[in-house]
Amino acid sequence: MADLAAEEEDILVRPMPVGSAGHKSSGWYGVLTLIVTEASLFVYLLFSYYYTWVWSDGGFLPHERPKITLSGPDTIILILSSVAVWWGERGIKHSRRRWQLPVGLAIGIVLGVIFLVVQVYEWRDKTFRPDTSTYGSLYFTITGFHMAHVAFGVLVLLALFVWSLAGLFDSKRYAPVSIGSIYWHFVDVVWLFIFFTFYITPYLA
Amino acid sequence: MSVADYERLPEIKTLADHPELPERLREIWETKPGLYGFISSVDHKEIGIKYIVTAFIFLVLGGIEALVMRIQLAQPGERLLTPEQFDELFSMHGITMIFLYALPILSGFSNFLFPLVLGSRDMAFPRLNAFSYWVYLAAGLFMYASFLVGAVPNDGWFNYAPYSLKPYNPGPNMDFYALGMIFLGISTTVGAANFVVTVMRLRAPGMSINRVPILVWGTTTISVGILLAVPAVSLAFFLLWCDRQFGTHFYDATTGGQPLLWQHLFWIFAHPWVYVIVLPAMGLVSDALPIVCRRPLVGYTLVVLGTVLTMVLGFGVWVHHMFATGLPPLASSFFSGASFIITIPSAIAVFAWVATIWTGRPVFTTAFHYFAGFIVMFVIGGVSGVMTAAVPADLQLTDTYFVVAHIHYVLIGINLFGVLGALYFWFPKMSGRMLSERLGKWAFWIVFIGFNVAFLPMHLTGLMGMPRRIYTYPREAGWGLVNMVSSVGAFVLAIGILVVFIDILVSLRRGRIAGPNPWDAPTLEWSIPSPPPPYNFALIPAVASRHPLWEERLGEGSGRSMLDRGFVLDHGKETLATTVIDAEPDIILKMPEDSPWPFITTIVITGFFTGLLLRSASVTAVGAVLILLCILFWLWPKRRLLQVARPQHG
Repeated sequence: MADLAAEEEDILVRPMPVGSAGHKSSGWYGVLTLIVTEASLFVYLLFSYYYTWVWSDGGFLPHERPKITLSGPDTIILILSSVAVWWGERGIKHSRRRWQLPVGLAIGIVLGVIFLVVQVYEWRDKTFRPDTSTYGSLYFTITGFHMAHVAFGVLVLLALFVWSLAGLFDSKRYAPVSIGSIYWHFVDVVWLFIFFTFYITPYLA
Repeated sequence: MSVADYERLPEIKTLADHPELPERLREIWETKPGLYGFISSVDHKEIGIKYIVTAFIFLVLGGIEALVMRIQLAQPGERLLTPEQFDELFSMHGITMIFLYALPILSGFSNFLFPLVLGSRDMAFPRLNAFSYWVYLAAGLFMYASFLVGAVPNDGWFNYAPYSLKPYNPGPNMDFYALGMIFLGISTTVGAANFVVTVMRLRAPGMSINRVPILVWGTTTISVGILLAVPAVSLAFFLLWCDRQFGTHFYDATTGGQPLLWQHLFWIFAHPWVYVIVLPAMGLVSDALPIVCRRPLVGYTLVVLGTVLTMVLGFGVWVHHMFATGLPPLASSFFSGASFIITIPSAIAVFAWVATIWTGRPVFTTAFHYFAGFIVMFVIGGVSGVMTAAVPADLQLTDTYFVVAHIHYVLIGINLFGVLGALYFWFPKMSGRMLSERLGKWAFWIVFIGFNVAFLPMHLTGLMGMPRRIYTYPREAGWGLVNMVSSVGAFVLAIGILVVFIDILVSLRRGRIAGPNPWDAPTLEWSIPSPPPPYNFALIPAVASRHPLWEERLGEGSGRSMLDRGFVLDHGKETLATTVIDAEPDIILKMPEDSPWPFITTIVITGFFTGLLLRSASVTAVGAVLILLCILFWLWPKRRLLQVARPQHG
């Protein structure tokens, strides 16, 4: 321990990590700012939906209310993928359970891809298109934005998976894992709001 | 790599212990000369100056557009411009000044000053910093490329739907603007994220949040505002572009869309944006004015709280741009009330500056002249703003020249006057030379007189009923004299700006050598040479008060700041990160080398947006894949930055 001279400000200096260490890395703070701005984007997307709905003269929603037969199970798949990634990240923090990380990431990737495939089927099932009605424009734009985020998230998990197999991470250096997984959790949480908006609120109205 | 590389106790030494340290750090930190160095530099000082120079070039372009319009409006029935050309000029004038000059110039100052006033060696994300500059430049050129194809944005910077939809505006004009703004939003967003993280993590040890200079508070506050507000405008423009290109129905009232959705999304962004382009300038003045008044700022805490509160309230007043759109009276009343309330935190700053001058011993430098002019213009612009916050008055004044006068008093008064004062104040730190006080005062009076001759009569022009955005007017309207006066004033203002530029060019070569601290100022940037060395601080200092260089005479706080001893950090490119609130030493950060990736990524993104503009699926797809690859290579974990695990048998 080194202590600065008494007449100076008392700042205790301890040995400290060097480089990108977990939640002390700049990248961790950086991804939090990314999440703040991306969350705002989805707030404005959903604002556009509710605003248009509230000011419409009744004919906003399609006649056939959206069904949760596909999107319900798909929501559970996405939540499970978050759990898998979280479990993987926990593993890397303990040196004896490093194998957990690639396994957790692989499960997360597979579930993420399944989510996307189911979403594509969901899109195909729709009787309207983006240029049919304002509802259609909003539905495809908002879910499309989210799918793009999921697809990007899958690519991030894929990169982390390759890097973890290459042995780039251990219990002291895993900042990219924390950064990628918090982004993935964020994308999954956003889906819950979108799911609520498109599949639940029409029945509440 | 050994264990010691991954964790160590930083040395605290004096320069006498390490006489060779500055030379070694220079070798580690210096950008290579030549074109490659220019493109790949991640030095925040170079990036800051690039920002300032580019923003001034856009100021000149926007100024020329304004002068051409002032010739057209100088007398009734003028035929210099066609109505279509006039539409294009007032649109590009607004876009240029608001997006390509007003924020980037402040980002330039903040980029240059942040690490210097915080006692750090660079920003938190040096490569992202370079990236935000290159994207700003590319997005600006993208929008200006519309002149080359003769399809310049022509619906004003506010770009209301449905005028901007395809049936009413079929050319690519609005597509340049829509895509250009989404492009520019990338630069603004990553820049803001960088400022926020830099302030959270890279303050010198001991610089707890109550010791941070006000300019840092200003820029940090608006950076958070940017993170929350920019997505609204990017989305608004994206939806507009979809309506125009893919037949969606967001804004099209004939098929169930909501034209007012555009106005909501746009003003949710654009009203906070007004504060975004003034609060950092107010911060610069709050730091520099006390120094030329030879005392600390009166009411530091109140000014900080006022700054933050202004931004918070700034998110609750957007509807005052929409009083004339037929909203329910309750909504109008609420937003009118909020618009009155927001004057209170803004007024706090004004009273703090006046009290600082009143109780100080002002030195009448050129910078002081600009700061004093700034306060007067701010009061005039603020009062005309209060008038338009009242719904009945606004219904009379909206879309007249009264509002034009108001916005220019606010934006030129607060932004340009603040910036020019800050330029005279910090130019010595940037260049090592002083600007000319004599030429500077001449320039100030020409700018001040020209500005007021141009814009004070516009209040009257508006009250006489002249609407905004008309390309000419009949003689019988009786607006000829006031318009002629405004046009003369505009040219005088332009001459004043020209004198400032002449002063800069002359002083760069022949200005008096400044030395480290020409103004006898108290903050950290003045404790190092002018211009600062590439590594800023050979030893990372520790601060014990708000005014580290004035501690002897102020007797502030209990301890003394540590300036001639400090953290050595010379195992490669390193700087110190501290905790968010108390600024206790936390971790030693490895900083990236100069890198061409920010520039390459920008080129690729430009190609992507060009593909969208041309609606070429192949160009867009190739661009998208290349963008992903750029991100991958950029973020690939590097051993040199200690982002990866220690090898097993190291």
